[in-house]
Amino acid sequence: MGTFHQDIEAAIPALRRYARALTRDVDTADDLVQDTLVRALRSEHLFHGGDVRSWLYTILTNLNRNRLRSLARRPTLTPIGDNDAPDAAGPEAGGRDIERALALLVDEQRTALLLVVLEGLTYREVAEVQGVPIGTVMSRLARARVQIRTYLDGERPTLRRIK
Amino acid sequence: MVDHNTPVTEGELHVYVDGELPADRREAVEVWLSEHPEDAARVAAWRAQAEAIRARYGSVINEPVPDRLTLNRIMRTRRSWAAIAAAAAVAAFAIGGVAGWMARGASAAAPSQVELFTVEALGAHKLYIGEVRHPIEVKAEENHLLPWLSRRVGTTLRAPDLGAFGLKLLGGRLLPGASGPAALFMYEGSSGERFTIYCSRLNEPRTAFRYDSNGNFGAVQWIEGGYGWVVSGPMDKSRLKSIASAAYDQIETRTPRPQRGAADQLISRRGS
Repeated sequence: MGTFHQDIEAAIPALRRYARALTRDVDTADDLVQDTLVRALRSEHLFHGGDVRSWLYTILTNLNRNRLRSLARRPTLTPIGDNDAPDAAGPEAGGRDIERALALLVDEQRTALLLVVLEGLTYREVAEVQGVPIGTVMSRLARARVQIRTYLDGERPTLRRIK
Repeated sequence: MVDHNTPVTEGELHVYVDGELPADRREAVEVWLSEHPEDAARVAAWRAQAEAIRARYGSVINEPVPDRLTLNRIMRTRRSWAAIAAAAAVAAFAIGGVAGWMARGASAAAPSQVELFTVEALGAHKLYIGEVRHPIEVKAEENHLLPWLSRRVGTTLRAPDLGAFGLKLLGGRLLPGASGPAALFMYEGSSGERFTIYCSRLNEPRTAFRYDSNGNFGAVQWIEGGYGWVVSGPMDKSRLKSIASAAYDQIETRTPRPQRGAADQLISRRGS
């Protein structure tokens, strides 16, 4: 029992990192982490061993998907990205670019990419988190990378010119 | 030995970038990249993306965890669990793709009991077939599976034998349903394909088989004797209907319930 809680506790910083990249907003991200932790503690009896970390990623991924779906049903909300400051030159510009590029991805693709690249999960682990075959994870990853590259190569000069 | 002749696929390039390529193939990829500048540029771009992502978000892990996210605090405050339970109920629908399912459906009016029921069944199907480690709560081999679910759902349940379709019963679980506790039986075929049978009390008139699909999954549903059943699986209408038909036969003939003498009629009423 002790280890279960310890494993959860140890995963919190990484969960925050993943949530931050997923939502690109500090408060939304921490809300997601909080809900994930509450859900995990409540479902402790359903956890039959295995990797606590993967399980937490799965809960957070599902909660985020639900969040996006409920946002999609509320048309009055401003789409993510519109409130961002315009691209600035300087050290932050690179970070903003990748942030915008991530924002443009379909949720499943963003999730797959972040789990692999940021959280260091294997394709197999991502497949479990997303509940899809490994092949699907790979095609999500491939599409995410193509999209980001297109955005960074093409869109950025356009935005810069407008500015 | 390094195989220089097999062309390197795009898939392999991703595996290579993510460090999952076996050592013996890695060298071949590196040789390939030295000879294919476009692929080399792609690989470099992907690496740069990964670097940018890590540069942007990697440092979050070093931030002090806010007090509200410490486990002690969460266990102490039990932050409005009721609200979260409500969110979870909404989540269950969302996971089932209720938006898509409903948008496709008849109206913007509140969904009917039957619609909600089907959405829940498909939601459960979709959620749990993806579970590698915990697809079920109680294994088929455990004797208390059926008595337990029967007691909770409120009728004598039988998990149909779908061996004729190459499907083995993995086990089952209990779920909260819109109109009461629901049982979910999970079956698995030899190639890992999974089917579920969902059952819950449903106070609606009996219906013939109805088929519906939401893209990746199909479901055959029927209502009989105050209970609704949904057989869900990969989108293969004829296979699903054969399976549902077999399940129906076993469930309705083996369930000790007043005979309505209408089983044949119901079967004949299902479309083709």
